[in-house]
Amino acid sequence: MLQNRTATRLVVLASLLSAMILRIMPLPAELFIYNPDWMLLFLIYWAIAIPERVGVGYAWTMGLLSDVLTGRMLGQHALAYSVVIFACVKLHNRLRAYPLFQQTFAVLLLLFISQILISWTQNIKSSIPFGFIYWLPSVVGALVWPAILPLLRLVRRAYNIA
Amino acid sequence: MKPIFTKRSSPNTGLFVCVFASLALLACEQQSLLTPFRDLLTSVVYPLQQLVSSPTQGIKKLGEAFSSHAGLLAENEELRREHLLLSAKLSKFAALEQENLRLRGLLDTSFKLGEQVMIAELLAVNLVPYEHVVVVNKGSRFGVYPGQPVMDAHGVVGQVLRVNPQSSEIILITDPNHAIPVQVNRNGLRTIAQGTGQIDKLSLPFLSSNADIQPGDVLVTSGMGGVFPQGYPVATVVAANGEGNAFAKFAAAPVAKLDRNRELLLVWNKPDPIPRVPDQVSSPKDSTTSHAAK
Repeated sequence: MLQNRTATRLVVLASLLSAMILRIMPLPAELFIYNPDWMLLFLIYWAIAIPERVGVGYAWTMGLLSDVLTGRMLGQHALAYSVVIFACVKLHNRLRAYPLFQQTFAVLLLLFISQILISWTQNIKSSIPFGFIYWLPSVVGALVWPAILPLLRLVRRAYNIA
Repeated sequence: MKPIFTKRSSPNTGLFVCVFASLALLACEQQSLLTPFRDLLTSVVYPLQQLVSSPTQGIKKLGEAFSSHAGLLAENEELRREHLLLSAKLSKFAALEQENLRLRGLLDTSFKLGEQVMIAELLAVNLVPYEHVVVVNKGSRFGVYPGQPVMDAHGVVGQVLRVNPQSSEIILITDPNHAIPVQVNRNGLRTIAQGTGQIDKLSLPFLSSNADIQPGDVLVTSGMGGVFPQGYPVATVVAANGEGNAFAKFAAAPVAKLDRNRELLLVWNKPDPIPRVPDQVSSPKDSTTSHAAK
């Protein structure tokens, strides 16, 4: 049982590490504006799949790492991730039962909530002219959700994580 | 029977604690109280950044390994020629500098300002799309400090935004939140160049419409504000339009190759003038660290 738990922890961490790599990969500037928040997408999946392991505190810690990774103030992503993952944990039964289309829409909303929270906390320090471009990562994130879902499900089944 | 008290706390409490902690962190970050904590987190993230950056650097190394003999010879030849030209210029410059010092000595005003540089390598990682912030591989362990000017071979690149132990984040002059005090090299007209968010454009918003400025003018740092040392090239004026407006709209193109750099120069700008007759000889390493400690 203990071994299983450690394995679970390692697999989840490894998936989040790869999400971090995707987050900062050196894409050209024209493509980088579409780069979605991979860490949050992966966290959403794990929070829906194993809500008793990946919870609000876990999301908060990962949010801090994400803050440092993208050069934000400490707490911006942490706040956004903990709120979004709270919603996922609370609604995991409902989100699991949704058909894929509806689930994708829910993910879009969650990603928007995260970006709104980040932009609010960002504005404490400096005002950045947010245009339509700022919201593109959320839209792309929702579009890649139908690909992430089976991929991570495959990982979860392969390592027998319940 | 279902236990009343489970070991794990409910998500509601968790959310409350996490939101409160995040807001507390944000408040502390405003006062920059969290440097040790941030350093700790960065040391977790830094290997990851290096990992992401390594393929790009690997490709560059591979390109070097497979470059042809003829190509290397040609490059060598060109570098030799450039070196000759530059040393000739430099010798003239040294003579001028001596003359300048002597004249300033006659006027009994100020002294030469000393500057030191260190080469830092860019990490090929992206942070966020709407900011022009890059990461380099030198940090507080090398005495880098926030607000330190950063150059390349052609001109001003930006300044250090945030320092971590092994790396530091550099805000480019084209970032929308960055502004740099400049003056027109031709006539000494002082103004401020703001970043626009486009990598090849700076705006000059505070110029009156009758200001003496033309396309092709070189803008150099004016030394106002005390961040950038005086006299480094920043940009060239490219377009002058907006007739009939009280404030003319000028744009300028940065002379530094902001999107093509691999190596950057971190500059130590000494606010204390170096005396003309040095009373003691100190090694450059010592003076660097002593400055950073200030």
